[in-house]
Amino acid sequence: MSTSARAPGISRGTLILWTRTAVVAGLVLLLELLCRTQVIKPLTMIPPSAMAQEMVRLIAAGEISDDIVQTVSEVGAAFAVSVLAGFALGALAQALPRVRRAIDPLLASWYAVPFFVFYPLLVALFGLNALPLIAIGVVFATPAMMLSTIAGLDRVPGVLRKVARVHRMSPLREVMLVTLPSAAPHLFTGLKLSFAYAFIGVIAGEFILSGGGLGYGIAYAYESFENRKMYALMLLVLLVAIGVNGALHVWETRLARRRART
Amino acid sequence: MSANGQAHTDFHATLRAVTRTYPGARPVHALGSIDLDIARGEFFSVVGPSGCGKSTLLDVLAGLSAPTTGRVSFEGKQVAGRVPEGVGVVFQEDASFPWLTVYDNVAFGLRRAGMDAAETARRVDYAVGFMGLRDFTHAYPAQLSGGMRQRVCIARTLVLQPRLILLDEPFGALDQQTRLLMGDELLRLWRETGASVLLITHALDEAAMLSDRVGVMSARPGVFIDLVTTGWARERDSRIVSDPGFGAITARLWSSLRTESMKAIGREA
Amino acid sequence: MGDAPRPAPRTHVKKLGDSLLILALILAIWQGLYAYAGDVAISSPLNTFTFATGLLTHAPFWDHAAATLLAFAYALAISAAAGIALGLLLGLRRFAGDVAEPLLVSLYTIPKVTLYPVMLLVFGLGMSAKVAFGVIHGMIPVILFTLTAVKNIPPVLLRTARALQLRPLETATTVLAPAVMPEIITGLRVGFALTLLGVLIGEMFASQRGLGFLIINGINSHDVRMTTAVAVIVVVFAVFVNGAMLALDRRVHHARA
Ligand SMILES: Nc1ncnc2c1ncn2[C@@H]1O[C@H](COP(=O)(O)OP(=O)(O)OP(=O)(O)O)[C@@H](O)[C@H]1O
Ligand SMILES: [Mg+2]
Repeated sequence: MSTSARAPGISRGTLILWTRTAVVAGLVLLLELLCRTQVIKPLTMIPPSAMAQEMVRLIAAGEISDDIVQTVSEVGAAFAVSVLAGFALGALAQALPRVRRAIDPLLASWYAVPFFVFYPLLVALFGLNALPLIAIGVVFATPAMMLSTIAGLDRVPGVLRKVARVHRMSPLREVMLVTLPSAAPHLFTGLKLSFAYAFIGVIAGEFILSGGGLGYGIAYAYESFENRKMYALMLLVLLVAIGVNGALHVWETRLARRRART
Repeated sequence: MSANGQAHTDFHATLRAVTRTYPGARPVHALGSIDLDIARGEFFSVVGPSGCGKSTLLDVLAGLSAPTTGRVSFEGKQVAGRVPEGVGVVFQEDASFPWLTVYDNVAFGLRRAGMDAAETARRVDYAVGFMGLRDFTHAYPAQLSGGMRQRVCIARTLVLQPRLILLDEPFGALDQQTRLLMGDELLRLWRETGASVLLITHALDEAAMLSDRVGVMSARPGVFIDLVTTGWARERDSRIVSDPGFGAITARLWSSLRTESMKAIGREA
Repeated sequence: MGDAPRPAPRTHVKKLGDSLLILALILAIWQGLYAYAGDVAISSPLNTFTFATGLLTHAPFWDHAAATLLAFAYALAISAAAGIALGLLLGLRRFAGDVAEPLLVSLYTIPKVTLYPVMLLVFGLGMSAKVAFGVIHGMIPVILFTLTAVKNIPPVLLRTARALQLRPLETATTVLAPAVMPEIITGLRVGFALTLLGVLIGEMFASQRGLGFLIINGINSHDVRMTTAVAVIVVVFAVFVNGAMLALDRRVHHARA
C-alpha cells in the first residue's frame, strides 16, 4: 500500500474538500427548492438565495456595521483573554499537583453547568453593555483552554524532557523548544474550543441580554417580524462560524499531517 | 579530536558505591551498589536481564537522576543536578522530535550551540548519510519506521561529538545485518573521535564484538556480577565474529547471565 | 511502569476537603455579588436556600420539573441513539467521516440559541420545540466523540481481528465495542449536559411549562428569588449527574490505562 501523500492526480484531501462543498451545495439547493415550491412556507423560512441577497445588501448598506464591529470585538477580546488566561492557569495547575487536584472537580463539571440559566441574572447584575458579554465569553471559554493545556503538558513524553536536559537547556529554552512544540496539537484543540465557546457565549449573550451586536440583531428582527433580516443575520453568523472553523481546520490538518502516521 | 595513546589509567567517568531506589508507596530498589571506572577512550558495554536497572544506571551516570547513595564523577568533577557538558545520550525510547524533519532533528544540538549554517549543513549531511537516512532528510519522524527514528536520535547525538557517549539499546529496533553495520560505523566513529562509550544492549554478540569490556548485571537490583575484558585491538570490525576468541567471550557472557535472566523471568511469571 | 499505587484513604479526605473549599468559595462569591447588587438582581445564598426548599415541597414546582424531565428524556434518547448510530457510521466510513467532521464542528460552534425563532416557526410552542432544542445541542458532541473513537481504534486491533478470522459481528462485539466504549461514555456525558442545556433554553423561549419557563417567568415578573432558586436547583442537578457519570467515565478509562 502506498503511503505517499503526493499521489498523482487529485489527492484524497482535495477530493474530500470537493465532496464536502458538493454536499453543502446540494443541501442549500434542496432548501432553496423546498422554499421556492412553497413546501416550506415563506412565513417559516425564506429561500437561501434571498437570505444571501439580504445579507449582502445589509452589509453593503452599512446597516449592520456597528453590530458586526461590536460582535467581532467582543468575541475577539473574549477569545484572546481566554486563550492567554487558560494557558497560564493550565500550565500553573499542571505544575502544581496540589492546585490541580483542588480545581479538578470544578473543571470536570464546568461544562455541565447550563450557564444560560444565569443570563437573566447577569442582566440584572451588570446591565446591558459589552463587559458582561466579554466576561461570559471568558467564563465559558477559559476552562476549555485550561483543560487542553493540562492534557497537552501531561502528554509531553518524559524522554523528550530528558533530551532537553542532555542539551543543557535553560527552563525557558526547554519550554520554547521542547514543551510547547510537543504539546502543540492539544494546545491547538484548546484554541479551537476556546473560539467556539467565546463565540457561543458572546452571541448567545447578545441574543438574550444585550442591546447590540449580531445576536441582538437576530432577536430584534424576530420580535419586529423582519423575517428577511433575521435570516440574513443567521446566515452571517453561520458563515462566520464555518469560515473560522474551516480556516482552523485547514491549519490544523496541515500541522497534524506531519506528525500523524496515516 | 584527541589522538593521544589510550592510556587506561586515566578514568573518564567513575561511579562509587552508587545505588538508586525509586521512591513511592512501595519503593523500588533498582540499582546497586555499583562501582565502575570507565577509562578515557574505552568502549564499555552493559548486558543484563530486562528490568535489572540498566537504564537507571545510564540516567544516574548522565546526571539525569541523582543516585540515592554514592557519587558519580565525569572528567574529575562530580556529576550533580545537571548533565555535564560533553556527555551525549541516546535513549531507549523514541526521542525524536515529531515536529521537526530528520534534518532539523539532527541539526538541533548544533544550532543550539550556535554553529554556523554551512558547518551545520556539512555535519548534518554527513551524519544523515552515515545513518543511512539520506532519502529521508526532509521527512518527519512519523513517516519513518521505529528503527529509522532511532537512527535519527543516534545521529542527533553523534553530530555533537560528545566525549562520553551513552547509548541505551540504540540498535534494539534494527535487523541483525543493519545492526552489525551500525556497530561497525559506531566503532569507526569511536576510533576517530577518541570518545568513551557506554553501550547498553541485550545482544550478547554485539557486546562481545564491540567492547573493550563488558559488564554483566544481575537481576534487580542490578549489580555487576562479571566484568569481561575482550582484549580486542582498537582497529576492529564485525568480522571479529569469526575470531576463535569471540565464541569464548559470548559463551562466558551467557553462562554469567543465564541464571540471572531466569530469575528475572521467574519473578515476572 | 509498575502498578500505580492505589489512592490512600487520606486522599479521599483531601478530595472532600477540596470540594468543600470550592463550595465555600462559590458561596462567598455569590454572597459578594448579592452584597454588590442587592435584592433586585439576585437573592442571597441563605434566602435562596430557604426558598428552594420551599419550592421542592411544593407540588406545582414538580409539575414543571416533570415537564422538563420528560422533554429531557425524549431529547436525550434521540441524541444518544441517533448520535451513536451516526458516529459509528461516519467513523467506519472513513471518507464520509472526513467529509462530515469539520461540518459538524462548525455546527457545534453555532450559538444555537439564535436559531430559536426557526425552531419556533417549525415546531410551534411546546414539547416538540423543547425536544428539538435539546437534540440540536446534545447530538453533535455524541456524534463527534463516537466518530473519533472509531477512527482512533489502533489498526493493529482490527488486523488482529482479521488474523483471528473473526466474523464481522464478532469483530463488532469483541473488538470494536470494547475499544470505543470509554469514548462513547465520555460523549454521552457531554451530550447529557448539552441536551439539558438545550431543553432549558427551549423552555426559556418556546414553552409555557418547565424549569426554563420558571426562570424566564421569574425575571419577567421581577421574582428574583424564583429565578435564582430554580437556576441553582438546575445547576445542582446537572453537576450531580455529571459527577456520577464522570465517576463511571473515569472507571472505564482507568481500566485501560
Ligand atoms: N520512574 C520509575 N519509577 C519507579 N520504578 C522505576 C522507574 N523506572 C524504572 N523503575 C523500576 O526500576 C527497575 C529497573 O528499571 P530500568 O528501566 O533501569 O531497567 P532496564 O534494565 O533498563 O530494563 P530493560 O532492559 O527492559 O530496558 C525496574 O524494575 C523498574 O520497574
Ligand atoms: Mg532500559
